[in-house]
Amino acid sequence: MSAHDRPELRLGFTPLTDCAPLVIAHELGFFAREGLRVELSPEPSWSNVRDKLAAGALDAAHALAPLPLALTLGVGPLQEPTITALSLGLGGNGICVSLALRRALDGVDAAGAASPAGAGRALAKLVALRRSRGAAPLRFGTVFPVSMHTYALCHWLEVSGVDPLRDVELRVVPPPRMAGELEQGELDGFCVGEPWSSVAVRRGIGVILLTGNDVWSHAPEKVLAVPLAWAERNPAVHRALLRALLLAGRWCDDYGNRPELARRLARWIDAPEEALLPALLDALHPSLHAFHRFAASFPWRSHAAWMLAQMIARGQLEKPIDVRRASAAVYRSDLYREAAREVGLSCPLADEKLEGAHASAWQLPSDGAPIHMPPDRFLDGSVFDPADVVRYLSARPFCAARFPLDELAAAQRS
Amino acid sequence: MEKLRVALVDEKTERSSDLEAALVAEGYEVVARLAGSADLLAQLHGLAPDVVIVDMQSPDRDVLEDMQRIYREEPRPIVMFVDESDSESIRAAVSAGVSAYVVDGLKSRSVQPIIEAAIARFRAFQALRSELEAARSSLEERKLVERAKGVLMKRRGLGEQEAYDLLRKTAMNRGCKLADVARQLIHAAELL
Repeated sequence: MSAHDRPELRLGFTPLTDCAPLVIAHELGFFAREGLRVELSPEPSWSNVRDKLAAGALDAAHALAPLPLALTLGVGPLQEPTITALSLGLGGNGICVSLALRRALDGVDAAGAASPAGAGRALAKLVALRRSRGAAPLRFGTVFPVSMHTYALCHWLEVSGVDPLRDVELRVVPPPRMAGELEQGELDGFCVGEPWSSVAVRRGIGVILLTGNDVWSHAPEKVLAVPLAWAERNPAVHRALLRALLLAGRWCDDYGNRPELARRLARWIDAPEEALLPALLDALHPSLHAFHRFAASFPWRSHAAWMLAQMIARGQLEKPIDVRRASAAVYRSDLYREAAREVGLSCPLADEKLEGAHASAWQLPSDGAPIHMPPDRFLDGSVFDPADVVRYLSARPFCAARFPLDELAAAQRS
Repeated sequence: MEKLRVALVDEKTERSSDLEAALVAEGYEVVARLAGSADLLAQLHGLAPDVVIVDMQSPDRDVLEDMQRIYREEPRPIVMFVDESDSESIRAAVSAGVSAYVVDGLKSRSVQPIIEAAIARFRAFQALRSELEAARSSLEERKLVERAKGVLMKRRGLGEQEAYDLLRKTAMNRGCKLADVARQLIHAAELL
């Protein structure tokens, strides 16, 4: 089929810095070179992305990394088998608090509040103090119940000794409104993707207390979500889409291209170029956005398993599942390898890794030269073994699972 | 019969005022027309509408989704209005049966059946939800469902999830309880 006859693909995206590979593949012809005609469809909410994927109104979408898992398992109102064969990048989130909350944290523990590692300790003291005074719980914004933002925020709170579901109030707020709600005192803090923390900082109404990388270094963030039925009907188109986005991601990763990237993205995101630059040029955190380096595009099944563990710990999953089986069904590293090899990229040999096990840079074995990997620590130094989710959850300080963990253990057959 | 109370969440005030007029003409009470704002949840919570209608292009969809979690004890049906270009495929998803959303353009004549369908579907969904809750808490019923699943897995070669989904779907289609479907199936299997 020639490019001319091929139907136009509808790709959903949400205006955030990490939609970069889609915008670049579209603007710089990576899609066209694969013979793809693509329409980018801006989506104002993650609920829309989910519903349109389930309904077939989108062929594929830039989506929250846990979204294909949630859609496949029916966490939320819809259930539709959905997969991902491509991570669109790692990191990019920040936890930002109001100036008032920052002052209050300084008041209880100035040394703690000043460092990413100690900020949670200061927060726990403040939460205890406020409770003893009968003050209302602090209110934090996140972008969607099923998101790395929610899970990173909850992880940070949890390891700081704050029960994320009881000691604070979590609210879903659309990212462009986060800064405004912080200013009006509706929120005390939030976890959001760039550029929205930088926007709050630039407007002088918030402080970035720590980045997502401080909570989990180079954590998964967005993926290309595709309905399983579509992928099965269109394997060649899917592979072409993956090839185009792999090459676009490599382009985005090059720091020499980042100023141009900021300029192009600003036209798709309702934020000024200057607000995009700090995160893209590492002013917030080294390699805050990784699009290609560090095997950033690989859909690690261990990432999926960690997210499933969070769904269980936060009471989002209603019944036990076989975590490894679900991870393998949704995070399709097999399809990734097919596409990556076609464009000459080397691929990790394993589908999973121990998450949080590397305190320093390391070399990942691949089918080509080893891939240089960064440290990947969690804030609390915990290590996540995808083969032992039950033990991981048993050790969590606050686990709100809706079923006993021995029922979960019985469901682990892979 | 008491008038159904409807809340509109739409930043396009011209459209929402057209819709309000259409709804009032159909005999609904429009309790509020809201644009997205920080205290949207608190406002809706206070108004306690029977139905919330939201523009699909509004970022507040995610906020409303969260409302279902926060006020678990009193969820509301949410009706979404979408562009004509999307309506066909979304309607297909809705007819697949899991969602509580119904969508269409803003033609006043089509408003009433849409809302009624949304409420009916939502109630069916809620009933199924609460029934699932009840089934979970009742060991007896749970055992029945487990056994029925076993029958289906053995006789029809289904996986565990498929067997469960089939039971759930049958219960929904027949409008009866999951445990009743399970019980009937087990009795039938004993005869065969």
